[in-house]
Amino acid sequence: MTARPAVFSKFRDAQAELERSGAVLFRDADGVESLIIRFPYAINYIHSYAEDSPFFLGLAEGRLRGSKCRKPKCGFVYATPRSHCMVCGAPTEWIDLPPKGRLHSWTTCHFGSEAFLKETPYNLGMVEFDGVGSLLLVRLKDAVESDLYVGMPVEARFDPNPKYSITDVWFVPSR
Amino acid sequence: MPARPKKSRARTHAPVRKPAPVSRSQGRKVYMVTGGVTKFAKAHPSMDFRLMVKRAYDYALKGIPNLTADRIDGTRISYFSDHFTRQLKAASMVQDYLGMNPKGSIRLEWGGATGGECFQAAYEAVASGRMDVCLGAGFETMSRVATWKGNEFIALASDTNFDFPLGGFYTGYYALMVIRHIYEYLRLGRFANVKDEREAQRLAIAEGSRIMSLVSVKNHLNALHNPYAQYPKRLTVDDVLNSEMISYPLTREQICTMSDGAATVVLCTEERAKEFTDRPIRVIGVGTGTDTMRLADRPFGKVPLMPHERPRDYADLRYPGVHSFRAGRAAGIEAYRMAGITNPNSQLDFIELHDAYASSEIQTYEDLGLCKYGEGYSFVERGDPFLKDIDYGFPVPRAGAIPVNPSGGLIACGHPVGATGLMQAVFAFWQLQGTVAKHFGDPALQLDHPKRGAIHSHAGTGSAVTVSILERGFR
Repeated sequence: MTARPAVFSKFRDAQAELERSGAVLFRDADGVESLIIRFPYAINYIHSYAEDSPFFLGLAEGRLRGSKCRKPKCGFVYATPRSHCMVCGAPTEWIDLPPKGRLHSWTTCHFGSEAFLKETPYNLGMVEFDGVGSLLLVRLKDAVESDLYVGMPVEARFDPNPKYSITDVWFVPSR
Repeated sequence: MPARPKKSRARTHAPVRKPAPVSRSQGRKVYMVTGGVTKFAKAHPSMDFRLMVKRAYDYALKGIPNLTADRIDGTRISYFSDHFTRQLKAASMVQDYLGMNPKGSIRLEWGGATGGECFQAAYEAVASGRMDVCLGAGFETMSRVATWKGNEFIALASDTNFDFPLGGFYTGYYALMVIRHIYEYLRLGRFANVKDEREAQRLAIAEGSRIMSLVSVKNHLNALHNPYAQYPKRLTVDDVLNSEMISYPLTREQICTMSDGAATVVLCTEERAKEFTDRPIRVIGVGTGTDTMRLADRPFGKVPLMPHERPRDYADLRYPGVHSFRAGRAAGIEAYRMAGITNPNSQLDFIELHDAYASSEIQTYEDLGLCKYGEGYSFVERGDPFLKDIDYGFPVPRAGAIPVNPSGGLIACGHPVGATGLMQAVFAFWQLQGTVAKHFGDPALQLDHPKRGAIHSHAGTGSAVTVSILERGFR
């Protein structure tokens, strides 16, 4: 039989032990006590862009690529690429999107999820391109809330140090 | 139903799908006989999800001597996010906490529409003949993480390749939608004659923001009479407009909050319903619709019409774009058809709809055909969705025409995702039973003998929507 670990003696001071562990004892209006602990949780996903990969590789080369349905009768053009056509189901091919577009809609986010709070305020824009049937959601830079409007001409900029994320491209007002 | 005009069959690049046909065999008649809700709160540290559901379940069974656990054939259990719960298969733990094993159960998850899906899954279990009595139970414990981490979890329900890394923020997505909605219907509507484009858009957004604030005032004020609501309060339009800007133009008071809460319903056959209550409520219609996960992929096609609308109403409208919820329209069409509703305004007495944002309440009026597309803002100003006997602090000439969110909706009641759609069912059930005073301890929100009501549950940017129609099943 092993000796009782010394650490157990600490439990004589339950309050000190609670504080040490970061736990709290919460008492509600009815006097019910609940023990609340911290439970850290972090994870690194092994995330494959899979069939979307050429889009993100393109951004690193300063190319903005959409996709076009291969079926001649359909030929739907997507600004946000997809490898199969949503209209007819046929495979698509990669195309280069026009360098300039217009704001279909926009907003300025003064908050965001935890990972993005430090970047606030940031602008989001949905960009429409001539001859393209769907939109692209992007960050808008070099503009503040009061500059933005539906129909505003915008153009793409690319991160010279790509992070292989949709944020490798952003749009700015066209000059 | 009038024949579909040939013109609408024309080939178009945008996918135009016919609404799903309604099955000729609608199965057995399904009745709701009881329900229960916990108070929705920022946090319930003294109850985990099992105990919350147990409380809502005990409340539902209380006072119905014939409805005991052994009469329940099985369950449908819903919660949205394993991230929030930090417990996978939490529905199994609810099942065993309620002592339901080894009865059958299915867990439902469909984003924000999770609760609405759960209601319809319970409906289907009974309609199909698989069960005579089915318990639907839903919950969410969102207090386990900080608000902005919670926003991150919710935003993981957007495309993680293309959308999430831009800010991971659902309020941002709904802001994009309402800016376009305002552009389509206010800029090109009542501000069509303003020559300067940017000035016109600025005026239109100010007008839209003011009208959205009327909706926020309505829902928060209604909730003053609902003891289950998380944020009942008396607000003015200025209070709403001056609250913190979250994502332009949406302010804090125009957005629902995160909540802990649970809700339960019991659905059963006609035969069983007679044993359990003399005030059963029949489910006369169910509908669901879907749309693309990415807002950017939404098509620009034609409006699927309701029976009281005509193609010329929307000759120039490119639909849904990012301004409207096609899934809500599809769900409404299916549910109305099944329920035999040809004009929702005259055939529905109230609606509990998914107002996660004041903007989406206005967009949803149009989707559900309470007014035409483009008339949502005037619909609010006229007062149609307001309650008759409540002083909102501004004129509401047509108050009571078709009350929307008499309970206070998500904006004031809270939004514990997996419970929300079931909460709407319970509030609608009490309305139709005429038992609001008993359950709320306050008669103010009880409508005068409502016969028929709709509930509407909605997932991320309108990627999935359910509509269910409930009708009084007694004289």
